[in-house]
Amino acid sequence: MSTPTLTRKKSLQTIPVRKPVNWRRVGAWALVAVAVAVTVAPFLWMLRTALSSNASLASNAGNLLPADFSLGAFKRVLGMQSPEEAIAEGGSGAAINFWLYLRNSIIFASVTTAGQVFFSAMAAYAFSRLRWPGRNAVFGLFLATMMVPPIFTALPNFLMIKNLGLLNTFAGMTLPFLFMTPFAIFFLRQFFLSMSREVEEAAMLDGAKHLRIFFQIVLPNAAAPLATLALLTFIGQWNEYFWPLLVGQDESVRVLTVGLGVFKSQSPQGAPDWTGLMAATLVAAIPVLLLFIAFGKKVVNSIGFSGIK
Amino acid sequence: MTTLTKQQQDPAARTGLPKAGKTRRSLTNRLGDLKIALFFILPAMIGFVFFYLVPTIRGVYLSFTEYSILGEPTWIGVKNYTAMLGDELFWNAMGVTVQYVGLNIGFQTVIALGLALLMHRVAKSTFIRGALLLPFLVANVIVALLWFWMLDYQMGIVNEIISWMGLPRIAFFGSEEWAIPTIAAVNVWRHMGYTALLLFAGLQSIPSHVYEVASLDGASPTRTFWSITMPLLRPVMVLVLVVTVIGSFQVFDTVAVTTGGGPVNASRVIQMYIYQKAFGESDFGYASALSVILFLILALVAFVQMKFLKGNESDLD
Repeated sequence: MSTPTLTRKKSLQTIPVRKPVNWRRVGAWALVAVAVAVTVAPFLWMLRTALSSNASLASNAGNLLPADFSLGAFKRVLGMQSPEEAIAEGGSGAAINFWLYLRNSIIFASVTTAGQVFFSAMAAYAFSRLRWPGRNAVFGLFLATMMVPPIFTALPNFLMIKNLGLLNTFAGMTLPFLFMTPFAIFFLRQFFLSMSREVEEAAMLDGAKHLRIFFQIVLPNAAAPLATLALLTFIGQWNEYFWPLLVGQDESVRVLTVGLGVFKSQSPQGAPDWTGLMAATLVAAIPVLLLFIAFGKKVVNSIGFSGIK
Repeated sequence: MTTLTKQQQDPAARTGLPKAGKTRRSLTNRLGDLKIALFFILPAMIGFVFFYLVPTIRGVYLSFTEYSILGEPTWIGVKNYTAMLGDELFWNAMGVTVQYVGLNIGFQTVIALGLALLMHRVAKSTFIRGALLLPFLVANVIVALLWFWMLDYQMGIVNEIISWMGLPRIAFFGSEEWAIPTIAAVNVWRHMGYTALLLFAGLQSIPSHVYEVASLDGASPTRTFWSITMPLLRPVMVLVLVVTVIGSFQVFDTVAVTTGGGPVNASRVIQMYIYQKAFGESDFGYASALSVILFLILALVAFVQMKFLKGNESDLD
């Protein structure tokens, strides 16, 4: 314990020398390492399990390496195994239709993201660039709905979608998310307000219409926040479970999150198909992981602003 | 945060386009860009009216009715609400939810604050922040299934470690006393990095000269933390608490894919109960009344937090 004070004294006498060992910092870095390990290790365990064989899992429960390495689980999930093979490896013989769920997730997440970001940008333009009676009142009303919990609107929305006969259709699944969220409008409005208007005003004097200003000046200038918003929205929609569970139970429109829930509840031979389940969750997480690897910095740096509404 | 405080300026007022007649000018001034604004706002307005406003009103209306999806809702006054008073399952769901929120928010906030301080003082790399954010980006369902496997009684790695240490195995999801703490812990794991990033953003907004003065005065790190960091972080802390507490009250996904509300009633949180009432028992009236109560609780929680923790005032004046 006496070393830190000693070295500090020495460094005061002979100026540059080498930095003293700062035990506080070492301790702090150790905590950081623990936090990162606790965060990342479960994902490695997911991978380890997915690469194992169900039959060997129990006898190797504490082994850190894949138990009896096999790609069988991935093959099973991706529909590259015959039902007989699948059952032999501890899976359920039933088809998982992973590719179908993947397609449905892509449709659901991209359609809602595109619509929501674009229509919210239009609204944000009206709230930040146009002057009309009742503007602030309407904006306040939009913001107030941020307080309404999703479950509260989910029940009446379900009834409406059902009455419209849109249960188990992409229309029914995407409509409530398609037009706006109060948060997206708020986020973009704040950004539009902070943007310089000089170019727009010059264009306006040249007789440009709002439509042209919106498409040719505002949207390109706001490309960065639009991309951030789209990314966050896409990840959120990809992970959405509750609404697709209510209106998209049918196989033809079932998304990955709902599909995984169904997969888990099929315990084929008494024991769950753990390796298949982990392979499926891993593959379902891959699109988000890829997006994160590509744009991680953007996501990380946008959190401070976007989270605090 | 700075973008939030910027006052809006009126573009049209500044351009001051010349108009023809006097009477026409006042009318145009009053209506402003109404016509084009209607066009721009139309899609969002459709979404707002049909998927936020009408459902909110309809939800309140349905809470005063008896409605089993077949037929028409029949008005029964406040019967759903009075029935709630004597509904043991409702009170159980409330108790379970409050227990969950307490455990979840308590641990999550303390751990996240610790991580935020580490990010701020020591580990300034974006890579580390990214790694800690990872669980938040993966779906609730995936996180729940991953931990369902890791915490399995027979083969889960956590129970392997526990038994290797010579302790008795724990039925994390399968026992009444462990179900809620386990689900709370899983979601602490998922949200701690995200919450830490929010608090980290708040820490960054504290001007460094305040710390410099404190260190010149010889303040200890503990003293600095309690007298400077915490008071100045308070507005951000309150906002983070409002957002996380509201989110925490609506826990559903994790419960739905792991315990489904069980064992017995041990993890039937309020949103699970609403879901079961509406879609299991087709009792939409009662389920709507339950969600009105949930809505009121959330509004109250937000109000109390903003009011008593003075979330909208800063000590930095």
